[in-house]
Amino acid sequence: MDIKQLEQIKDTTFKNVGNRFTHAQLDGMNFDRQVLVCCSTGCSSESSQKIRERLAKLVEEKGLKRVHVGGTGCFGLCAAGPVVVVYPDGTFYSHVKPEDADEIVESHLVNNVEVQRLLYVDADGKTKPINEIESYCKQMRHALRNCGVIDPENIDEYIAREGYFALYKALTQMTRDEVVDVVTESGLRGRGGAGFLTGRKWKFTKDATGDKKYVCCNADEGDPGAFMDRSVLEGDPHCVVEAMAIAAYAVGADQGYVYVRAEYPIAVERLQKAIDQARAYGLLGNNIFGTDFCFDLEIRLGAGAFVCGEETALMTSIEGHRGEPRPRPPFPAQKGLFGKPTLLNNVETYANVAQIVLHGAESYNTIGTERSKGTKVFALGGKINNTGLVEIPMGTSLKEIIYDIGGGIPNGKAFKAAQTGGPSGGCIPASLQDIPIDYESLSAIGSMMGSGGLIVLDEDNCMVDIAKFYLQFTVDESCGKCTPCRIGTRRLYEMLCKVTEGKATLEDLDKMEELCYYIKDNSLCGLGQSAPNPVLSTLKYFREEYLAHVVEHRCPAGVCKSLLKYVIDAEKCKGCTLCARNCPANAISGTVKQPHQIDADKCLKCGICASKCRFGAISKM
Amino acid sequence: MISLKINNIPVYVNEGSTILEAARSIGIKIPTLCHMKELSELGACRVCVVEVKGMRNLVAACEYPVSEGMEVFTNTPRVLNSRKTTIELILSDHRQDCLSCERNTNCELQRLSHKYDCDSRRFEGRTADFVYDDTTEYLIRDNSKCILCRRCIAVCKRQQGVGAIGVNERGFKTHVACPFDMDLVNTNCIGCGQCINVCPTGALQEKPEILRVQQALANPEKYVVVGTAPSVRAALAELFDMPMGINCQGKINTALRYLGCDKVFDINCSADFTIMEEANELVDRIKNGGKLPMFTSCCPGWVSHIEKNYPELIGHLSSCKSPQGMFGALVKHVFVKRENINPKDIFVVAVMPCTAKKGEKNRTFTDGLADIDAVITTRELSGLLKENGILLNELPDSETDSPFGEYTGAGMIFGATGGVMEAALRTAVSVLDPNAKLLPLEFSEVRGLDGVKEATYIVGGKPVKVAVVNGLKNVKTVCDKVKSGECDYSFVEVMTCPGGCVMGGGQPIRATIVKHRDEVAKARAGVLYSADRSMFARRSHNNGSLLKIYDEFLDRPNSELAHKLLHTHYTPRPKYIKE
Repeated sequence: MDIKQLEQIKDTTFKNVGNRFTHAQLDGMNFDRQVLVCCSTGCSSESSQKIRERLAKLVEEKGLKRVHVGGTGCFGLCAAGPVVVVYPDGTFYSHVKPEDADEIVESHLVNNVEVQRLLYVDADGKTKPINEIESYCKQMRHALRNCGVIDPENIDEYIAREGYFALYKALTQMTRDEVVDVVTESGLRGRGGAGFLTGRKWKFTKDATGDKKYVCCNADEGDPGAFMDRSVLEGDPHCVVEAMAIAAYAVGADQGYVYVRAEYPIAVERLQKAIDQARAYGLLGNNIFGTDFCFDLEIRLGAGAFVCGEETALMTSIEGHRGEPRPRPPFPAQKGLFGKPTLLNNVETYANVAQIVLHGAESYNTIGTERSKGTKVFALGGKINNTGLVEIPMGTSLKEIIYDIGGGIPNGKAFKAAQTGGPSGGCIPASLQDIPIDYESLSAIGSMMGSGGLIVLDEDNCMVDIAKFYLQFTVDESCGKCTPCRIGTRRLYEMLCKVTEGKATLEDLDKMEELCYYIKDNSLCGLGQSAPNPVLSTLKYFREEYLAHVVEHRCPAGVCKSLLKYVIDAEKCKGCTLCARNCPANAISGTVKQPHQIDADKCLKCGICASKCRFGAISKM
Repeated sequence: MISLKINNIPVYVNEGSTILEAARSIGIKIPTLCHMKELSELGACRVCVVEVKGMRNLVAACEYPVSEGMEVFTNTPRVLNSRKTTIELILSDHRQDCLSCERNTNCELQRLSHKYDCDSRRFEGRTADFVYDDTTEYLIRDNSKCILCRRCIAVCKRQQGVGAIGVNERGFKTHVACPFDMDLVNTNCIGCGQCINVCPTGALQEKPEILRVQQALANPEKYVVVGTAPSVRAALAELFDMPMGINCQGKINTALRYLGCDKVFDINCSADFTIMEEANELVDRIKNGGKLPMFTSCCPGWVSHIEKNYPELIGHLSSCKSPQGMFGALVKHVFVKRENINPKDIFVVAVMPCTAKKGEKNRTFTDGLADIDAVITTRELSGLLKENGILLNELPDSETDSPFGEYTGAGMIFGATGGVMEAALRTAVSVLDPNAKLLPLEFSEVRGLDGVKEATYIVGGKPVKVAVVNGLKNVKTVCDKVKSGECDYSFVEVMTCPGGCVMGGGQPIRATIVKHRDEVAKARAGVLYSADRSMFARRSHNNGSLLKIYDEFLDRPNSELAHKLLHTHYTPRPKYIKE
């Protein structure tokens, strides 16, 4: 592959896909319409592959030669999936089923009439083209720039979007130092959680002496509710391949590994295809672009242990051992994989690199805040209307993310808190919803950026229960090596259980807090050191909720079963027996047309009775 | 050199040292539970945490390297409280049956708990589901006392090269176990018991046989005969508040009589028999083109290793039973005839520094009769004596009984690495060169603690290259060479445990600070070598009793009867047995 060939592929492919990039018809295109079906995990789980196949079949049958049907990565609005977008119109179809394909083809593609019933309805009740949908307006898709735009399984489409031009530029026009410098100046920080300055990490690895060096990509995304890295790999795998090649050139490595969890089969498949295609084009392998730079890439599958997202554990796992962290120092930049200097970045970090190298540091460091540059991808989940993937400039407030981008809380409930950073992060209370999202602000309030999971909680969530949920995760996922994490988190979890059962004392709360700080101070790796964060941050912002459990033996959100009681209001009860017939524990008794009673000893507190009652006679207390 | 400050005291140490080593160099001992120098540097237990200026968190002194200008604090309230909490957390997931535990008063967890004034009930909660594995004949793993320091794993894998145990599951369910939670008996474990010696608590111990010995002693029908292995006399004193390096065989003889043993013999004597048989087998192989190199077969861990991992090399093993096996056969088939006792009434006890010997006793039979009835370790003998109120240190010395109590210096040195080789050479040289005037007696090249020792001696006018291996991990290169045909040794001695039997898995447990390990090995081996030097007869073929037995019963070494009583055979065994 040389630059002429690359340019040629770009120009040829642009004629096929160019009018996806704009919302106006371009001249000289091979297709008038682009029908794009989201083929990421979320939409695939609802048969989007079948939609794509059906659409393609119908288009062929109808002889619509000027219509292209393609698959893409995630569009982001997963709550509206499966998603089909038609360009250049920008028509955004939501909740599409395979059988809807016929109507889309017949009505939209043949007769030029949009299928009204499938159009996405925005928060204001109107239907709009994709670029005007409110959720997208406040986003800045940088790392996700190709997700939902190109076919991730087609390297030519990636090249049409300037793909591999950054690698060419780095190899032929920049020294290794210049590459490191531009990444440093961009202000890009590690998107895996800790936020270490990426350029500095590259420099350490570049400066380390060693006969062999490695670059690794951490795609072992494990936070509950997080799917940023998966989406990038599914929607734009080549951007990771290209960035790793650039990184390898910069630090002097010739071998790379992508450590990705086996639970991501689509991501693994597409990444492997991307690697194979890049190899076939000579973009991986020996003497890339005719230079003396050689680099190849391999995938290593993780078996799903959360701790393998910790950098030293990840490398131990790649080496073929039980994935457990090892003490630092030595740091990976000095002594990493197989004892050699190793650069490790996560997927989203790499996803930003090619654009920075191609367009300069200013293209990136003008976005964001003083110390947190660029954009950040978040996986929005929990009690939020627009569940999905969003990318925002650093410094966007939590409020904007939740209300403007996320579409607010369903069912008119009140926003209570947002959990960021997964089991290592903390809860941000509604009172702090105006804080800008950046590394410093989040850690100042006891949470952390994390890899980008953002779980929204509403008034029906008990914060003690939430802390318990995250801690349970750590208890199960601790590697079991060091005492504070293995036993300490378990004891902490048991104390939380006491709180949710109404058996804890005020002294227990103090003991819990003390144990939290002990675990942070004494654990071997970041997993243990951050494990108490969900507990500490809820203790800090929702102490009154803990006190209600401890002092009043009451769960204000009505979640903790041990503290709940279901009662039947005798005045409202008509004696219809519906509750008694539905109770799985036979805990409700009473005669027909007479008020019924619940036997508290038998009651499982499942709430079925309350949901079945037509008279609103059953309430929890 | 790196200069740093520990508790404001200037310290100068070599680059690459850990904080732990730096502190030790100025007389500050930082506590550890998981650490074993060069074998296990995990930073797992977190008992050794210290404060380093500028670091956000505490660091583990056992693995954290020193750096120029570093300021370390080992005794701040933050550090001391953390250690206390760590120990209390460990205790919360520990069975805490200290009063009846095998390791009571010799438990590192107990000692630290006491030192840091821990409240063993401060943290209460569920304990992990534990495994109790008593499937083997030689040791018991009781995970309810395991603190997951992983020293056993490190010793098994990195010192012995076996790797029968590892870590299974994760989180609170993490536990030490065999692959796929198999029973130990079905794995490649060879029974060396080195794991027991490094366990800081009572999670590992030998499978006790004291009860059966007590029952035999109490049974008037039983004629109890006991023999003590060379290494036992070199270490038992340590368990009776005597310094290391004391030979207490005379006191042991008295103590065994106090217990009620009918005959007190010595395994040193059967070791002399082993040499007679083995040296002659070697000479025969060299002269008649037998399979070379010949491997020694005294060590049951090694024999098991060959059967499981190198079955194709079985033919290289000497067919000789170990001294233990020969002892039992001689007692039950030769001694009984002299004394006119029914062999079924005899109960033979071997006191061994070894756990694997417990397994070995179930594999050597002669005429359908087990050679040995019970094997107890040095530690078990100490327990038996203490239970009986026998104050070993106050006892007078006494001699062993005849005929299997007479031995030479060659039998004595069997317990140290190189000892079997040296003893065999002393005899082989004479067999091959009976007319030589000045025969060598000490073969210093095969002594010492190096993992693999090589030497070449002129035997019968021909150079004979020998090798001595100790620490099972070191045997791999030798075995691989034999397999590939590149090996030019004629005779190879292998002892599974580093240092030989004196450091066996049944010996007294010293607190595991590995730098002392070699000193212990040297002190115990020193007992054997100085006893050897003080003896008049130092070659097995000069043992008067032995010569008489050959004369009266066995005819000559490797005779038909000798083969029946004193030799055995080996079988390939699977590494893992599917349950």
